[in-house]
Amino acid sequence: MQALLAAPLAKAEELNPLLPHAIEIVLSLVVFGLLLLAVWKFVTPRFEQIYTERTQAIEGGLAAAETKQAEADAKLADLEQQLSEARHEAARIREEAREQGAQIIAEMREQAQADAARILEHGKTQIEAERQQAVTSLRAEVGTLATSLAGRIVGESLEDDDRSARVVERFLADLETIEASQAAGGGEN
Amino acid sequence: MTFAASVVRTAEGDGFTPPGPHDFDLPAIGGGHDTFEMFGQSFVLGVTKPMLQLVLAAILLFAFFYAAARKRAMVPSRLQFVGEGFYGFVRNSLGRDIIGHDFAKFVPYLFTLFFFILLNNFFGSLPFVEFPTFSRSGMVYGLALLSWVIYNAAGISKHGFVGYIKLQTVPGGIKGPILALLIPLEFMSNILVRPVTLALRLFANMFAGHLLLILFALGGEYILTEMSIQYAPVGILAWLMFIAVAFLEMLIQFLQAYVFVLLNAMYISGAVADEH
Repeated sequence: MQALLAAPLAKAEELNPLLPHAIEIVLSLVVFGLLLLAVWKFVTPRFEQIYTERTQAIEGGLAAAETKQAEADAKLADLEQQLSEARHEAARIREEAREQGAQIIAEMREQAQADAARILEHGKTQIEAERQQAVTSLRAEVGTLATSLAGRIVGESLEDDDRSARVVERFLADLETIEASQAAGGGEN
Repeated sequence: MTFAASVVRTAEGDGFTPPGPHDFDLPAIGGGHDTFEMFGQSFVLGVTKPMLQLVLAAILLFAFFYAAARKRAMVPSRLQFVGEGFYGFVRNSLGRDIIGHDFAKFVPYLFTLFFFILLNNFFGSLPFVEFPTFSRSGMVYGLALLSWVIYNAAGISKHGFVGYIKLQTVPGGIKGPILALLIPLEFMSNILVRPVTLALRLFANMFAGHLLLILFALGGEYILTEMSIQYAPVGILAWLMFIAVAFLEMLIQFLQAYVFVLLNAMYISGAVADEH
């Protein structure tokens, strides 16, 4: 058993795996060194550049978005202010218009009243004048009629103008007195 | 025990050789049989498979990352996205988070180192290649040596030679005769031992993992083909173990690449740290 195990172990002891193949040390250093140089020159700077650029792009994008947001906010505030100013202005104009309207209506009313009063006054004056005229002509006519009637009834000539005129005047005066007293009496009733 | 003994006995009888260091001593490509003597050992003189793998890995890595980084598009293509993801992983989790301030100048080194080791380790599981480049100790010694030079150079260029040695060997807040004990200890652990452990960790993991895979593969094959039928289930079990260990091996391949670069970053970080 001992002898059986010894044979392969003895064979294994021919090589000590810890002792290096000198060429392998040199080769690994050279190969790794070349790879390191190539990576250092061509690969890592590019990855770093991508990394930096992407960071900048993202940060720049964020900054731009912030600026835009701020601009939009300012614009919105501006517009809101303008809108409120416009609303204020509109309210003021409406108020003014209402006041003016009221004033115009008042003026118109006043004018209409004045016109109405003037027209009324005019009408009254005219009516008075016409009445006066009617009274005058009626008086003359009534006098003539009454004189001729009385002459017929009395059979007495009342051709004498002076006398007849006096009679008529007296009659009319009496008539007016009676009318007045009647009117007074009527008013009391 | 009995089973193992019987396998060995049978193996010995039928000419089965258990896998060993000689399985890592691949012949020169082209069939040259020249050897040379060094350290009392005889080495193959010529281009071997791991050497080609090393070069192939460098070419593949550069081609891939150059293609990924070439366009520098703001909106990345799939290739660029993957490349950036790989780069960002090393840059941020190994460079920025560990070295901190001024990490940028070390990123190309850490980045190249990580993917160089990772791909060479994955060669151990890649069909038709199936040999981890860093199971050859010489390959690892080269990288460990470079690591040692880089972190010490980074420290010396920042603190000056004396300042750097003081930073690495004199622990902060300790005074008196105990320093006589601590300074050699710190010097040993921070300056001398680091490259050795760095190299051995990667080399031994790749070596042992590959050895284990060879053992399960060849052992299973031998049991199934050369031994009597009653041992067949064991052979099948060996092959199942081979599959399981192959998956474990892929995890280890990644972890060892990560740890190697992580330690590099930590050594650099310690070397360029502000004085305590």
